[in-house]
Amino acid sequence: MTVVDHQDLSVDASAPERVGFFTDTTVCIGCKACEVACKEWNELPSEVRGLTGHSYDNTVALDATHWRHVAFVEQPADVAVPDALADQLRAQASSMVWLMSSDVCKHCTEAACLDVCPTGSLVRTEFDTVVVQPDICNGCGYCVPACPFGVIGRDDHSGQAAKCTLCYDRLRSDRTPACAQACPTDSIQFGPLKELRERASQRLDELRGAGDHRARLYGHDEDDGVGGMGAMFLLRDDPEVYGLPPAPRTTTRDLASMWKSAFTAATALGVSIGAVVSVASLFTRAGRSGKRP
Amino acid sequence: MAENHPVGFQWVMEAKRRGATVIHVDPRFTRTSAVADVHVPIRPGTDIAFLGGLINRVLDTDSDFREYVVAYTNASSIISDDYVDAEDLGGMFSGWTPSTNSYDDASWAYRDRNVEASSGNRDDGGAATGERAGAHGGQHHEGQHDEGQHDTDDPTLQHPNCVFQILRRHFARYTPEMVAATCGIPRELFDRVADAIIENSGRERTGSFCYAVAWTHHSVGVQNIRTAAILQTLLGNIGRPGGGIMALRGHASIQGSTDIPTLYDLLPGYIPMPHADHGDTLEEFLDSAAADTGHRGAMASYTVSLLKAWFGDAATEDNDYAYGHLPRITGDHSTYQSILGMLDGTVDGFFVLGENPAVGSANAGMHRRAMAELAWLVVRDFQEIETAAFWYDSPEIETGELRTEDIATEVFLLPAAAHTEKSGSFTQTQRLLQWHDKAVEPQGDCRSDLWFFHRLGQLVRHRLARSTDPRDHPVLDLTWDYPTEGPYDDPDSEAVLAEINGWGPDGSPLSAYTDLRADGSTACGCWIYCGCRADGVNQPRRRRPGNEQSWVAPEWGWAWPANRRILYNRASADPNGVPWSERKKYVWWDDDQQQWVGEDVADFQVDKRPDYEPPDGAEGVEALAGTDAFIMQSDGRAWLFVPSGLKDGPLPTHYEPQESPIANPLYEQQDNPAMQRIDRPENPIAPSPGEPGHDRYPFVLTTYRVTEHHTAGAMSRNVDRLNELQPEMFCEVSPELAALQGLRHLDFATIVSPRAAIEARVIVTDRIAPLRLGDQVVHQVGVPYHWGSKGQVTGDSANDLLGLGLDPNVHIQDTKSQVCTIVPGRRPTGAARRRLVEEYRP
Amino acid sequence: MTVATSTGSSSTAGYYGQPIVAPHVWEDTIGWYFFTGGLAGASAVLASAADIAGKQRLATHARRAAMIGLVPSPLLLIADLGRPERFANMLRVVKPTSPMNIGSWLLAVFAPAAGGAWILGELGRLPTSTRMLGLVGAVTGAVVTTYTAVLVTNTATPAWHEAKGELPYVFAASAAGSAGATVTVLSAMSGRPDPIAVAVGAGGAVAEAIASTVMQRRLGDLSTYHSDAPTRRLDRLAKLLSIGGAVGLVAARQSRLRTSIAAAAVLTGSVCVRLAVLRAGTASASDPASVLRQQQRP
Ligand SMILES: Nc1nc2c(c(=O)[nH]1)N[C@H]1C(S)=C(S)[C@@H](COP(=O)(O)OP(=O)(O)OC[C@H]3O[C@@H](n4cnc5c(=O)[nH]c(N)nc54)[C@H](O)[C@@H]3O)O[C@H]1N2
Ligand SMILES: Nc1nc2c(c(=O)[nH]1)N[C@H]1C(S)=C(S)[C@@H](COP(=O)(O)OP(=O)(O)OC[C@H]3O[C@@H](n4cnc5c(=O)[nH]c(N)nc54)[C@H](O)[C@@H]3O)O[C@H]1N2
Ligand code: SF4
Ligand code: SF4
Ligand code: SF4
Ligand code: SF4
Ligand code: SF4
Ligand SMILES: [Mo]
Repeated sequence: MTVVDHQDLSVDASAPERVGFFTDTTVCIGCKACEVACKEWNELPSEVRGLTGHSYDNTVALDATHWRHVAFVEQPADVAVPDALADQLRAQASSMVWLMSSDVCKHCTEAACLDVCPTGSLVRTEFDTVVVQPDICNGCGYCVPACPFGVIGRDDHSGQAAKCTLCYDRLRSDRTPACAQACPTDSIQFGPLKELRERASQRLDELRGAGDHRARLYGHDEDDGVGGMGAMFLLRDDPEVYGLPPAPRTTTRDLASMWKSAFTAATALGVSIGAVVSVASLFTRAGRSGKRP
Repeated sequence: MAENHPVGFQWVMEAKRRGATVIHVDPRFTRTSAVADVHVPIRPGTDIAFLGGLINRVLDTDSDFREYVVAYTNASSIISDDYVDAEDLGGMFSGWTPSTNSYDDASWAYRDRNVEASSGNRDDGGAATGERAGAHGGQHHEGQHDEGQHDTDDPTLQHPNCVFQILRRHFARYTPEMVAATCGIPRELFDRVADAIIENSGRERTGSFCYAVAWTHHSVGVQNIRTAAILQTLLGNIGRPGGGIMALRGHASIQGSTDIPTLYDLLPGYIPMPHADHGDTLEEFLDSAAADTGHRGAMASYTVSLLKAWFGDAATEDNDYAYGHLPRITGDHSTYQSILGMLDGTVDGFFVLGENPAVGSANAGMHRRAMAELAWLVVRDFQEIETAAFWYDSPEIETGELRTEDIATEVFLLPAAAHTEKSGSFTQTQRLLQWHDKAVEPQGDCRSDLWFFHRLGQLVRHRLARSTDPRDHPVLDLTWDYPTEGPYDDPDSEAVLAEINGWGPDGSPLSAYTDLRADGSTACGCWIYCGCRADGVNQPRRRRPGNEQSWVAPEWGWAWPANRRILYNRASADPNGVPWSERKKYVWWDDDQQQWVGEDVADFQVDKRPDYEPPDGAEGVEALAGTDAFIMQSDGRAWLFVPSGLKDGPLPTHYEPQESPIANPLYEQQDNPAMQRIDRPENPIAPSPGEPGHDRYPFVLTTYRVTEHHTAGAMSRNVDRLNELQPEMFCEVSPELAALQGLRHLDFATIVSPRAAIEARVIVTDRIAPLRLGDQVVHQVGVPYHWGSKGQVTGDSANDLLGLGLDPNVHIQDTKSQVCTIVPGRRPTGAARRRLVEEYRP
Repeated sequence: MTVATSTGSSSTAGYYGQPIVAPHVWEDTIGWYFFTGGLAGASAVLASAADIAGKQRLATHARRAAMIGLVPSPLLLIADLGRPERFANMLRVVKPTSPMNIGSWLLAVFAPAAGGAWILGELGRLPTSTRMLGLVGAVTGAVVTTYTAVLVTNTATPAWHEAKGELPYVFAASAAGSAGATVTVLSAMSGRPDPIAVAVGAGGAVAEAIASTVMQRRLGDLSTYHSDAPTRRLDRLAKLLSIGGAVGLVAARQSRLRTSIAAAAVLTGSVCVRLAVLRAGTASASDPASVLRQQQRP
């Protein structure tokens, strides 16, 4: 029986460098090769759910059987101008924007999913990534609402939690994760996190320099609410536009205060019940003594 | 390109990272537009007007690369005095012969000489021939030196009938205003594009064009590309690194299937297919087919070597190398003609391999009706595709137009092996041959196509073995002795590659097409591929990573011809053989070595000095000067003006598509006069503007692909991975059109054309904006064409809607610019579906 | 004019109105477990208090009440697992960061203690051991009533996490209410309703109603107790039953029937509170807007 806390199994000296992703959505062409490659490599089931009408996105979100998900957001040059000009401008559809972005597990430094996992099924690997051990997960489902990104899900068929493993099996044999391997435009870049952080900043400067002021980094800051993400993104709009939380936070950080109120409440319970009982007994004694002058 | 060539598109993104400006010209805002710097929405079928506008801008502002133009193009050539341009004939050219509905191109010729088209249609007997231009070679170059003589050539480009001046006049009316009124492209946007391409041309910079079927699938398909060729040539962007016009091909190795063609009018290596009128002897064939200048002069060696490869010892000098064994064409035997043949009962049998015409061919309904007239149909595929099931599962069966019990066609469905189950080469866009090895043995009865045809050949030859009938000799004389391998006796594809590469007298592999001889001593299955197995090494199998070799990466695969990566690369140096600029140096003349050197294999006689002048009466390559960079052209020049070889005019001209909502803004002539029209009850065509009932189909209909699916769908609609990503047949309309027609997002709509009515889920999106042409707004209905009645996910086929009207040069259909109407709700079923279509027809 | 924006574009909050954080995947059985656990825990506290105060009759009834809560608890818990056969993995590790894990260990101590105390109590043997076990049961039991609040508040679900200060009190009060009500009935069965039990039951129920009202206030625009219809219905019902039940318990006096009805009301109310919490969580996590509101808070 091991005692584990959220900075667990990982950091021993011999461990390899922390790896992760930098997803540059400005070069994503929405080909979905990453989604398919992930499913192929990890042998995830596919289920035809029908047209969603959410642009070209028909898989909707990350869940137990979608470990990569490509979001599509159409942003019309929404023009409020006199009719005459309207079509003119609308004709220049070039002014419209079509955002595409491939989302994935963030492999958080302080991973809420891992923190709350009661069985220790979720662990941190030697690559500093976060994975579910399917032979241990008992499907309690706690990690699902715990993840600040809504990444991990519980599969109805297996009854177990599942999410991106950052291709643990491939990393073990020095291979690039399937999704990054398949990405034709290098929108998904895999590598040592340190280097990727560098590259991300450079790319941002590059774009800003070229006058792209919508460009911004997400998950790049190591002291964010989850202690830094193992997967960062270069976005063209606010995170929420892509379905990402603007200020994700690992709630375990408030654990102390939560337990504190729990204990106070428990104490209050004990005290008040104790009080009721003793007050009552006082009365009954008083009652008896009253009968004896 | 991002949609349909995502892997190739990585290089576009790479170029963008390095500062290239990416411009995407497309009626819809696609995945490509999403990452392009500029998206140019254009009305389908108006690319000639747009590109013509750019040409006009280049000429107007003298932005052409003049030294390049003068040295390497036919801008200076003077055209026959009989020539009359579209300018002066309301959109037609001189030579129109109403009786035959075709052009006689005599008046388009260079003044006082005839030239031979380097390629193009020869399915009519009368390809231009006559006086050989050996003389012209001479004249032509005298012209350059003796300024006095301007009779055939004017390097000053001033002569009113020189190509350059004709070009100016022809494109003068393609103004930005005209472009806006025709294509719906706003002036500012047009200027932006014009500036970008002009800034990116010249000595220091180059620009390139990529296209695929958005240009080819039109009644003016060839001329679309011609227009781009003119523009790129004027800008000096051909034969130079970073320049060119990239034809992004379709099916894996579709390029290979034109090199070693599945086309009726060509033999391997673009040698024209013998025509019945070309006479009976090899000599006559060569006379009519081979020009005397340029590499075509070696036509004899190529053809004889081909005959030796096919007929081996049976091909001897005395029997004309069995030339007589080759089939003859008598006219147009292209796909669609063959379909008409089925309808008319002149075509009995049909082999369908690697194709699913019941879904993939325009006017698929006509195609299915045609197959119902066949005696037999052979389909080789991975699963029962719509083409194999048409006789019991098709719209015609459903509407009662066809009844299963009436269909006599005997259908053979044979299981095919996939590319992973066989070895072979793919030839892609860049003429690059890449070898792939078999990964697994085919399952069950699946066999490779190679196995099938080899076996079929053996059986046929066995049946005919004792035949004395001369018509059976060609089959019996074929060399049909490929070694086989593996558990299924699959013919060794490497042996086939060896035959394609060819061998010399001693049977050893040839290393270059220049080794080919016309004396029967060499055999070669495809001259342009000669050398792909040089030294007996499978060159296409080479996989040296780019970072381990020069940036041209000559050791990745093998490119025809001669592993040359950029054609006409002599033009990357100036007339004196010096690179136009350090930045763009590629191939240049080295005085010390006395030869052409550089990054790539020079596309030129390696030791021919830049100042070489052909002696009078010189023949073949010798007749080409040291500055004649375009060696495949009979005059060594890039053709801005095409004196012969095209069916619909020497210069591109904007014609409206066969079906269009508007009248041609540029000329009286509405559509391509030379278009191959198919006037039959199975192919009703919507009325043109002005004609009664024209308003019944008010919207432009364009069809296309989505990344998630592949062509007619059998390869993707059976893959749940992909179906999950793009699960249903849909159509795309703008919010404006949705409002106009009462269409709701995700509801069903019925799309009606003169041919059919299909249903699709509605996707309302700004990605397909309406286009404003002057005071007229054109609405578009966009439909992917991947769906059919078989497979995991099914849906109506876009091709049921499309009518036929073919490009006269290559007989390709228009899938991009037709008309339709669209109404809310699902289509009726059964006979009511047919009635609905008839009700709409005027 | 303004050109209609395409429906293909994400006009609604977030990404096509899709949840930003994942709603929990728990069934109502978990709500029932929160209830039974609370009942057991609070009853154990009451039992121990009564025992120390020498009120053996009350203690016995309270120990029985604890068992009534205890017995179904693990079953309900297991029933909600995706892989019930792996229930034991809960005790594979000791993991302070996982309230669910700590809760399992709590139960692992609480169950034998409360169980032991009950058996010995019924046999009337070894009073000291009974008292000791009872005490252990009381201490762990008290926490059993509130750890479930930590369990849900330690998630990204806004309406849960932001209630971290109040939810434990709601659960504690609710637990007291259910314990009091149960013991009242048990005592009523064998004679007359115990006034202490009545006091605890009524007091708990009222406190529960107050606490949850305060919680919803504090949640402000993150509260889904009003915005979400199913939650609202359950919440109203809970308050109605708890207050009504409390009044009923006091007013019922000696009548067994009226006492039982009132007690039933308090118990049902206590169940509804837990189910309302689950509903509120689902609604909260499903609404991207509320996640944004939470994260944009100063
Ligand atoms: N994923 C995927 N990839 C494929 C295929 C596939 O089916 N799926 N098919 C392969 C094959 S066989 C081929 S041939 C290629 C074809 O590759 P593409 O030519 O890219 O194929 P399309 O999508 O048919 O047409 C491209 C675009 O043309 C636009 N368009 C329509 N009319 C016009 C016009 O008049 N002018 C201009 N400028 N644009 C117009 C359409 O909006 C469409 O976006 O793709 C190959 N690659
Ligand atoms: N409306 C509209 N129509 C179009 C187009 C368009 O843009 N719009 N595009 C046109 C173009 S460019 C093309 S290329 C066509 C494509 O249309 P088709 O070629 O008719 O359709 P595909 O689905 O590509 O057919 C290929 C078939 O070959 C099978 N196959 C794959 N590999 C092998 C093999 O090794 N051996 C054998 N025997 N079979 C194999 C596949 O299962 C598939 O059924 O569609 C054309 N039609
Ligand atoms: S993103 Fe969610 S699932 Fe992934 S590590 Fe972080 S908390 Fe866990
Ligand atoms: S579901 Fe599995 S992985 Fe998730 S918390 Fe429970 S045991 Fe851990
Ligand atoms: S890293 Fe592996 S598991 Fe994770 S998304 Fe990519 S392919 Fe899927
Ligand atoms: S593979 Fe790359 S380009 Fe394609 S969707 Fe995924 S991230 Fe985007
Ligand atoms: S499908 Fe094949 S050929 Fe087409 S882009 Fe992808 S990898 Fe290239
Ligand atoms: Mo194609």
